[in-house]
Amino acid sequence: MNTRTIEIAVGFFVAAAVVALFMLALKTSNLASYGQAEGYEIKAHFDNIGGLKVRSPVSAGGVHIGKVVSINYDTKDYEAVVTMSIQPDYQFPKDTAASILTSGLLGEQYIGLDPGGDEENLQPGDLIEITQPALVLEQVIGQFLYSKAQEE
Amino acid sequence: MMLDKLQLLGQKTLDIFARTGRGGAFLLHILYVLPATILRPALVIRQLYYVGVQTLVIIVVAGLFVGMVMALQSYIVLVDFGAEESISLMVALSIMRELGPVFTGLLFAGRAGSALTAEIGLMKSTEQLSGMEMMAVDPMKYVIAPRFLAGVISVPLLTAIFMAVAILGGYFVAVELLQLYDGFFWSQLQNKVDFYEDLLNGMIKSVVFGFVIVWIAVFEGHDCLPTSEGLGQATTRTVVHGSLAVLGLDFILTAIMFGV
Amino acid sequence: MGPSGTGKTTLLKLIGGQLKPDAGIIRVDGQDVHRLGHNELYEFRQRMMGMLFQSGALLTDLNVYDNVAFPLREHTRLTESVIRHLVLLKLQAVGLRGARNLMPAELSGGMARRVALARAIALDPEMILYDEPFTGQDPISMGVLVKLIHDMNHALGLTSVVVSHDVRETASISDYVYVISAGKVVEHGSPKDLYHSDSEWVKQFMDGLPDGPVPFHYPCADLLDDLMQTEQAK
Repeated sequence: MNTRTIEIAVGFFVAAAVVALFMLALKTSNLASYGQAEGYEIKAHFDNIGGLKVRSPVSAGGVHIGKVVSINYDTKDYEAVVTMSIQPDYQFPKDTAASILTSGLLGEQYIGLDPGGDEENLQPGDLIEITQPALVLEQVIGQFLYSKAQEE
Repeated sequence: MMLDKLQLLGQKTLDIFARTGRGGAFLLHILYVLPATILRPALVIRQLYYVGVQTLVIIVVAGLFVGMVMALQSYIVLVDFGAEESISLMVALSIMRELGPVFTGLLFAGRAGSALTAEIGLMKSTEQLSGMEMMAVDPMKYVIAPRFLAGVISVPLLTAIFMAVAILGGYFVAVELLQLYDGFFWSQLQNKVDFYEDLLNGMIKSVVFGFVIVWIAVFEGHDCLPTSEGLGQATTRTVVHGSLAVLGLDFILTAIMFGV
Repeated sequence: MGPSGTGKTTLLKLIGGQLKPDAGIIRVDGQDVHRLGHNELYEFRQRMMGMLFQSGALLTDLNVYDNVAFPLREHTRLTESVIRHLVLLKLQAVGLRGARNLMPAELSGGMARRVALARAIALDPEMILYDEPFTGQDPISMGVLVKLIHDMNHALGLTSVVVSHDVRETASISDYVYVISAGKVVEHGSPKDLYHSDSEWVKQFMDGLPDGPVPFHYPCADLLDDLMQTEQAK
């Protein structure tokens, strides 16, 4: 076997592997979003965040516009504090409402933003005032049973 | 009678210790001459061809089919829950975390590992290794280390190719055959597959597997009895021990990486 | 010389430093081979020794030309054109210049040994060790090898150590012969002396007689006893 042929074949092999790695990294994993332009951060307080996690998506009108960066518990107000990062292209009015929603019946939880009509926009670090906590299935069922019992 | 059995047990145990010791010393010797080998890339490139490029076809074909089968099977289960858009996630996570490194390791042990053992064993039994020694060329530097290095480089590269091809196979089944929306396919992956946790861990596994398989392969070749029977046994041992090592290590690595 | 399995090849490997003796010293050119460190030993081999293996031990993935060029490329910094000159001269000496593009698998056993010989002398060593150079050769190849070893020896002023059990061929070219059996030297002297040795054993070996001190039969009980025993067992 000719040295040149071997070298070309090996070159092809290595190039194929590099292409494969790039495809895996950029197209099929979240590496691309690691490097994405840092969005601006806003906060929201919730009574209950359900199954929300760090890196859960934030969307408005079904469009993915950001992600959850951190989740803490505020021991003064006894509420969960969710910090989310919104991509800078998207601006929202000050009276926007945030609610924790579930995709599908048993799907992942995400934050949905519902824009209001205020003239001023949310600034980095602002707090969303109007929030709706996660729907916890057990509580809903519990309430349903309780009300049924009261009716009778 | 009893004593004979005991003696046999003792003999086997000592044999295992001796082999392990020789294997360890052999590895140290390889690592010791490795810097000299890196200075001779032509030798390594030639071995990359025999070890890596010639294993490429089987890896690509296997990857394609594994990806396609995974997609079909996940569809059958997920469609009942109305979650068929998660096919891509199912395929990608199983491929990256487990199937990619493990399949590539097993196929590599069978295709390239056995060939390495057979080749080195044959060079030993035809006195080519002794011949080199007498020509004052260290066969460790000229024969063993380049093959070792080429193998250790090849396995992660092959694994990456396997993963990519398998996901493309899954894409083909999900989008072309099952008519899923291809935007879902990729967005699911980009949202839910973590670069570090899933992809990088899979690649780390493949590096470990490659190291161990190639070590076993070159050691068995160098340690084999220079007869046709010894050569056959050594080749079998490479495939068996290599495959078992991959599966055993996979369990340990999974336990470490993804928590117990 | 000596019968199969008496340790002739082992002796060669000891001289070449591939095996370490349990006791005793082996000096080559005044140098204790086994006192040398790894690198010194390799350097010493490169300068002093060439070895011709029974099978030729050609590198199977290189053709004839590259096999002969191999030690030159590994150990010298000669340019390719100089190497080409040297290789062609060495191949001419063994009569295989025309076969330079063949692969080892395409060579007959005798040709492979001639190529290996060309390779062994590529670095102009001081001595060459031959391991069974005549075994399994047809008479013509044997004649060629005998002539080559003899001529090479005289033309290059080499020291040659030939290990063999082909009595006539070896005796015809050697100056001094040691006959070993079961790891011991049983007789030594010039080939002429050996042919007239008093030892029955050496006589049997030199003349290739089927029976003598080394019996034709593997040690066993008397045939009649053996046959009777089977009958009694029945």
